[in-house]
Amino acid sequence: MSLRGKAAIVGTALAGCGEAHGKGAMEITIEAVHGALADAGIALGEVDAIATCQPLDMLSGLTLAQELGLSPKFTMNNRMGGSSFLSHTLWAAMLLELRLADTVLICYGSNQRTASGKLMTALGLPTYEAPYRPLFPLSSYALAADRHMTQFGTTREQLADVAVAARAWAQKNPEAFLRDPLTREDVIASRLVSDPLRVRDCCLVTDGGGAIVMRRSEAAKDHPRPPVYLLGGGEGTTHRDISEMADLTETGAVQSGQTAMEMAGVKPADIDVVQLYDAFTINVILFLEDLGFCKKGEGGAFVANGGIAPGGHLPVNTNGGGLSCVHPGMYGIFTLIEAVRQLRGDAGDRQIDSAELALAHGNGGVLSSQVTNILGTDATL
Amino acid sequence: MTGIEKGPGPDAVFAAKLAEGTFEIQKCGGCGTHVFHPRVICPACGGADLGWVAPTGRGTVYARTVVRRKPERGGDYNVVLVDLEEGVRMMSRIDGIEHDRIVTGLKVTASVGEGAEGKPAVVFEPEGGAQ
Repeated sequence: MSLRGKAAIVGTALAGCGEAHGKGAMEITIEAVHGALADAGIALGEVDAIATCQPLDMLSGLTLAQELGLSPKFTMNNRMGGSSFLSHTLWAAMLLELRLADTVLICYGSNQRTASGKLMTALGLPTYEAPYRPLFPLSSYALAADRHMTQFGTTREQLADVAVAARAWAQKNPEAFLRDPLTREDVIASRLVSDPLRVRDCCLVTDGGGAIVMRRSEAAKDHPRPPVYLLGGGEGTTHRDISEMADLTETGAVQSGQTAMEMAGVKPADIDVVQLYDAFTINVILFLEDLGFCKKGEGGAFVANGGIAPGGHLPVNTNGGGLSCVHPGMYGIFTLIEAVRQLRGDAGDRQIDSAELALAHGNGGVLSSQVTNILGTDATL
Repeated sequence: MTGIEKGPGPDAVFAAKLAEGTFEIQKCGGCGTHVFHPRVICPACGGADLGWVAPTGRGTVYARTVVRRKPERGGDYNVVLVDLEEGVRMMSRIDGIEHDRIVTGLKVTASVGEGAEGKPAVVFEPEGGAQ
């Protein structure tokens, strides 16, 4: 039995992206939920399964049920970091296909920018890393970038071009947080934080929330907007701490991508638009390689000189990504929402013509959890 | 040791050894795999027959970063991943060399020094001593 095309996203919404002064994380989340239910034309009372994962509230699934006034049949609070929401969609599809639930709500929200101005996390440093004071999580990604540069000759300029491409997409997105011009030289001149990563290699710190409503595909056309079908999904967990990652140049996205694409019956060349969790510039290079868009070690050349920018050979992170659009701590749900917008034809100036197949990819921990979703329009079923 | 024993777990045993100035890693009596960080069962074979052995202390830098900090806040410091000869990797710090001269492939030697807050930690210096 395959989950291919069995469930669909029938509603989405963003809320509080950028700065949401005076609002709490769960308040932003509920605003997104309200928007997604309206988008789907679904009454709150129809929701019978919920999924969330919040940075500080360890029991956020319970808080969500309480704030919505629901007694869901299933409450999913699985935490794998920013990839969690792309796993929630897979569990949602299973619940729907098994008819254990009929309407699944997946959501997230954070007020980290206005509440603290930096990443808010409940995590401390790992026991065997804490004595050496790595910046969490930045130094872990810096080590991965350093290794990739040493092993494959990936350059400082190539890393910068990831950030430049994200900004070029953000300039086409009126909702993006940073839209002023950014050049390769700007990135390379930005403050060095943990070699080789500089400030402009790092994702934003913003507020923001998002929500998704999923239903069985047989009911998906009963809603106002075009359904977006979940065609495939896969996960890969390789470690928790960077010192336990076997090969810093190869992530669990190899496994998650292969699993998702096999389920969907597609190959990388078929994908029209790609949304990757770009916590740091190196992530995009690693994931493009591991998901099969280019060979291992060639990600730097792939992204260089506008390769993934508007007009390049592959549109990646068309909203501007976590680097320039929005990054409220656990970005995964935003990869899904931008994929849905592209497949619905809602993406305005950044719309990819005839986008039928999208790949959304989440990263959790320090390259630890990788989850891939393949989404498609009605034409791909 | 032939199985899971009563008493402190491997984290506490490692910490106690370190407090006495001794750096030891685990070795699986079942499959011979060296293990770090300390674990209850061998991640290679699943067996619980993990004993303690002294590594040679020789290793090679696998990846490095330098955390950049203003001088008034303590200045820069390096963070590295070192592959020990026994085939295990650990996070650490290289002393006795300028940060910018630490490169992948640098041969290093372990000792028990100080980590954050002055607590004992395994640190390294270039093979042959400070440069």
